[in-house]
Amino acid sequence: MTASSPSTVASDVCMSLQDVTISYGSFEAVKNVYMDLPKGKVTAFIGPSGCGKSTVLRALNRMNDLIPGCSLKGRVIFDQHDLYDKRVDPVEVRRRIGMVFQKPNPFPKSIYENIAFGARINGYKGDMDELVERSLRKAAVWDECKDKLKESGFSLSGGQQQRLCIARAIATEPEVILMDEPCSALDPISTLKIEETMHELKRSYTIMIVTHNMQQAVRVADMTAFFNAEAVEGGTGKVGYLVEFNETENIFNSPNQQSTLDYVSGRFG
Amino acid sequence: MSLSTPPPINHFTERLTLHYDPGLKRNRFNQVANAIAAFFAALAVVPLFLVLIYVLIQGGRLISLQLLTDLPPAPGLEGGGIGNAIIGTIVVTLIASLIAIPVGVGGGVYLSEYAQNGWFSKFVRFGNDVLAGVPSIISGVFVYSLIVATRVFFDQSFSAMAGGIALSVLMLPTVIKTTYEGLLLVPQEMRMGAYGVGASRFVTITQITLPAAFTPIATGVVLGIARAAGETAPLIFTALFSPFWPEGLFHPIATMSVLIFNFAIMPYEAQNELAWAASFVLVIMILGANLLARWISHASRS
Repeated sequence: MTASSPSTVASDVCMSLQDVTISYGSFEAVKNVYMDLPKGKVTAFIGPSGCGKSTVLRALNRMNDLIPGCSLKGRVIFDQHDLYDKRVDPVEVRRRIGMVFQKPNPFPKSIYENIAFGARINGYKGDMDELVERSLRKAAVWDECKDKLKESGFSLSGGQQQRLCIARAIATEPEVILMDEPCSALDPISTLKIEETMHELKRSYTIMIVTHNMQQAVRVADMTAFFNAEAVEGGTGKVGYLVEFNETENIFNSPNQQSTLDYVSGRFG
Repeated sequence: MSLSTPPPINHFTERLTLHYDPGLKRNRFNQVANAIAAFFAALAVVPLFLVLIYVLIQGGRLISLQLLTDLPPAPGLEGGGIGNAIIGTIVVTLIASLIAIPVGVGGGVYLSEYAQNGWFSKFVRFGNDVLAGVPSIISGVFVYSLIVATRVFFDQSFSAMAGGIALSVLMLPTVIKTTYEGLLLVPQEMRMGAYGVGASRFVTITQITLPAAFTPIATGVVLGIARAAGETAPLIFTALFSPFWPEGLFHPIATMSVLIFNFAIMPYEAQNELAWAASFVLVIMILGANLLARWISHASRS
């Protein structure tokens, strides 16, 4: 949790948030976040609803740009660039930082095209069949899909759709994959499969995941960030802030903050 | 608590039999109300069937290959057909579609995907609703004074082009509105997904959002075409009429609706019959377009 000087972050740091404050209109959703997200690791964001963890996640690939009135102060350093610099093209950011959403959202196209779409618009020139197979295999959904690549993505079950969305994100060869509660709409078996997929994926990608499921954080994450929200004087609502960011083991077994301990042991509210 | 104890009796808990009792006041009232509503519903579709049956009987018996391919006869002569009017209606509607579909879909895309719901988009949407309510004859007079009276097209006054433009004004609100509303139905997650794999806004709209909204847009376009094809008032001022085969886009052109208007009031039997025949063809075409619209929206849903 050390703020380093701009643009010079340690080489094992993938993204560095420096005094990030995100507001919707005049309402500050999350305030003064400092965080160095390590490369090649899975980082989980946990915390109660409304603490701004999803907001922070979406800020990492400028998805918040699509929400009217959302603005960010501070710096998000990725690959020696501040993502919020005026010269940065958000489309290019999203090509290198992929995203998997809460609800499975396959495109209304065939399974094959769902994967090929992202690769094609990113200028992929190689063997598309091979890429589709490789991506689906990495997302552990190839066996269920291989005989119906021409069918609509909606013909799959919810869990399969979500893994299709993961395959879609992988196909563009991003460096980072953001997952916004990827299992919240899924049954426990599908959830387990997605978690296995994530264990495979972290060999090649940096993953950040928002989850409400603390067991999930324990199972998949190397690092865990605990966010909380508190009412501020004169404010219109609760403002989120980062309480503690450490290795998952420490967060769950010996947190430094009392509120973290309360949350992870279920003594809150 | 023992099961044998009956509940205390008062006027609320008095137990009636569970069987349906048609003599009960609420049931009698319900049936009367039901009958009245059904009667009005039937009354509402009676005009449709009367018109269809009447046109079918009066016009359907006249249909022949000759009627579909020949020119109308000179006044006083027998036989002839409405071939030029059929082509004319197709040409004028095609011109209208070529103008209204790109403009309408483009406008709908702007309102739904680009506009920030500021005063401009509110103004455009309000204006569009007003335009949808503008009487068709006004659009005819408007195009008349703008294009016909000023002879802007190669010094021609009445022309197929002017007719097409007048009809496009009528099609436009339908196309804009259905495009806009169709795009609003596309879930935001779909757009997010496309942005998430690095699609630009343009790619997202053309390859994800518009195809996802294809059904409502296509349905709206077909309904707009069907409305335009049947219009008479704007064509009287603009496309006028011609007893000959179409000479070009910048010459007056015959259309079925104007042919009906002209021939139905002529004191000649042959012309009156052609008006009926044209009515029949027009009704069938518009019915066909409506069925096509229904088919499109069904086909993609299943």
